[in-house]
Amino acid sequence: MSEPTFRPGARLPRPEAAVRRSGTADAGPEVPESGPRSRGAYARAWAKLRHDPATLVAGAVLTVIVCITLLAPWIADTFLQTTPERIMRTPAGRIAVLQPPGPGYPLGTDDLGRDALTRLLFAGQVSLTIGFLVALVSVVVGTLAGLVAGYFGGWVDDIVNAMVQFVFNIPGLFVLIILSLLLRPDVLLLSLIFGFFFWPGTARQVRGVVLSVRALDYITAARALGASNTRIMLRHILPNVANIVMVVAGLDVAAAILGESALSFLGFGVQVPLASWGNMLSGSQDMFRRAPWLVYPPGVMIFTTVLSVVLVADGLRDAFDPRV
Amino acid sequence: MRRFLTRRLIQSALLLWFLMSFTFALTRLTPGGPESALLEQPNMERVDLERLRERFGLNDPLPMAYAKWLSSAVRLDFGRSYHYLRPPLDVILERLGPTVQLGLMAYAIALLGIPLGVIAAFHRGKLPDISIRVFTVFGDSVPNWWMALVIIVVLSTLIGWFPHGMGRGGPGEWFSHIIIPALILGLSGTVAFTRFVRSQVLEVLEQDYVRTARAKGLTELRVVTRHILRNALIPVVTLLGGLLPALVSGAAITEGIFNWPGMGRLYLEAASTRDYPVLLAIITVATIATLLGTLLADVTYGYVDPRVRYG
Repeated sequence: MSEPTFRPGARLPRPEAAVRRSGTADAGPEVPESGPRSRGAYARAWAKLRHDPATLVAGAVLTVIVCITLLAPWIADTFLQTTPERIMRTPAGRIAVLQPPGPGYPLGTDDLGRDALTRLLFAGQVSLTIGFLVALVSVVVGTLAGLVAGYFGGWVDDIVNAMVQFVFNIPGLFVLIILSLLLRPDVLLLSLIFGFFFWPGTARQVRGVVLSVRALDYITAARALGASNTRIMLRHILPNVANIVMVVAGLDVAAAILGESALSFLGFGVQVPLASWGNMLSGSQDMFRRAPWLVYPPGVMIFTTVLSVVLVADGLRDAFDPRV
Repeated sequence: MRRFLTRRLIQSALLLWFLMSFTFALTRLTPGGPESALLEQPNMERVDLERLRERFGLNDPLPMAYAKWLSSAVRLDFGRSYHYLRPPLDVILERLGPTVQLGLMAYAIALLGIPLGVIAAFHRGKLPDISIRVFTVFGDSVPNWWMALVIIVVLSTLIGWFPHGMGRGGPGEWFSHIIIPALILGLSGTVAFTRFVRSQVLEVLEQDYVRTARAKGLTELRVVTRHILRNALIPVVTLLGGLLPALVSGAAITEGIFNWPGMGRLYLEAASTRDYPVLLAIITVATIATLLGTLLADVTYGYVDPRVRYG
């Protein structure tokens, strides 16, 4: 018989134990009945999502954007025959500085004569990486902090709250500027710094959910059965937090992409040889009045990406909300 | 109330102290510190450098320099700007006026979100609600610095003019220069207010006391103004105070793009010239503004909503 023995903690079924446990709250994923039920929640959400064209379209757009930025090196190599650093030449053989869109450079060239489309694709890699890394940091740290604060309450809660208040009261942009001025962060460090400003939002949301779940009877039942705090938090509370975390993560990705673009636009954040959607537009306003074709693509990319991430997050929230 | 205030003041003082010390240490301990700022000056002689280091207190050992800096910083003396050769606070105060003007104007634009949110809630699911929702989603997704750039490019190609700096020739010119930066700066606030007010009003609409008020036979106007709006708008007060710091901090980008001579642009200029005394002074001022904003919001909340208790 092929029992799902691959799962850590899964035990061979002992008849008595299985019978005794099946009705109790501590019926973790080992008990077969809970499997279909939790899959049911996802199936229901999917059924709702299928009738939500806005979310589906946004999801498709997001997938396309992620794919073309991931394939940037290949696209640049095969179709554009260039790299983000290569200086382009006009058909007449001159260095193509600030050329409007034309053959060889579909979106024109920048002030150093580099192909704007190639840079746009490679910049997407950087901006999306930062967006997802920041969300990752925010979700990991924020969920942990919110879970512990909401579950234990008391002084643990006080400390986490104080830290949340602390970060909320920091004038973010000013501190980000001085940090990137002095630390010259690479993509990873920049994401960590952004993550530091993002986790309190996640922690707050998670804490709220934990507070409401903690008071439910099945938690008391689990405790009565002798489940440890860690087990209760991870097995019984964490799954309830998953939905809200998914939504918060989406909004974090969006906000991080916007924040990074603003910082890089100012000339801090992602540093110049590396392109990001923000720093492609840093430079003088005079240049963009002479070369307006450079202004639109990065902004449109940021806008489209952020919009689709926000719509997907919104759609997921509605899909998982049993009240809607 | 007194206990609440003391606790908050102690917390605020701790944050301020930490942030000041952290940024100070950062400027001294990183390789891109004041040293490099001085060395980047052309025709800087070795002797001059030594003299300047002495004058700006850069020769002191770190703990001593820190003690000196902190003790004068609490008296709002941040030394001398490397660039302006004056106390940073004087330079900041000159730039505060334009920042406050821009901030107030942006604030007024942000407040437009309150009627928008009320309208959206009362027409839930209908055309006004849908169009307002489209507006908020778009407003959240557009990078505002990019919109500013687009406006500059479009305006300068269409009519050959765009707002640049402060208009100093009468109220008409002042308005034409301030309105576009204020719109850009205020937009995210408008969106935040709209969404928040909409959800608040929707929540109140479902309350029993609203049904009671209608059942009593009150006019719809009275139900809306006395029973719905009064209750729905209470939590909005928190956002009123919470928005202040966002305007102070966020203004840096808008001021930079439109060349608005405010504190935010001063910060960007100081960052590019590595004028650390000015940077540290602005961070301190901005932190104080942020802390005051949140404190003010919490205290006002207690006044308008008597159910709130300060623990």
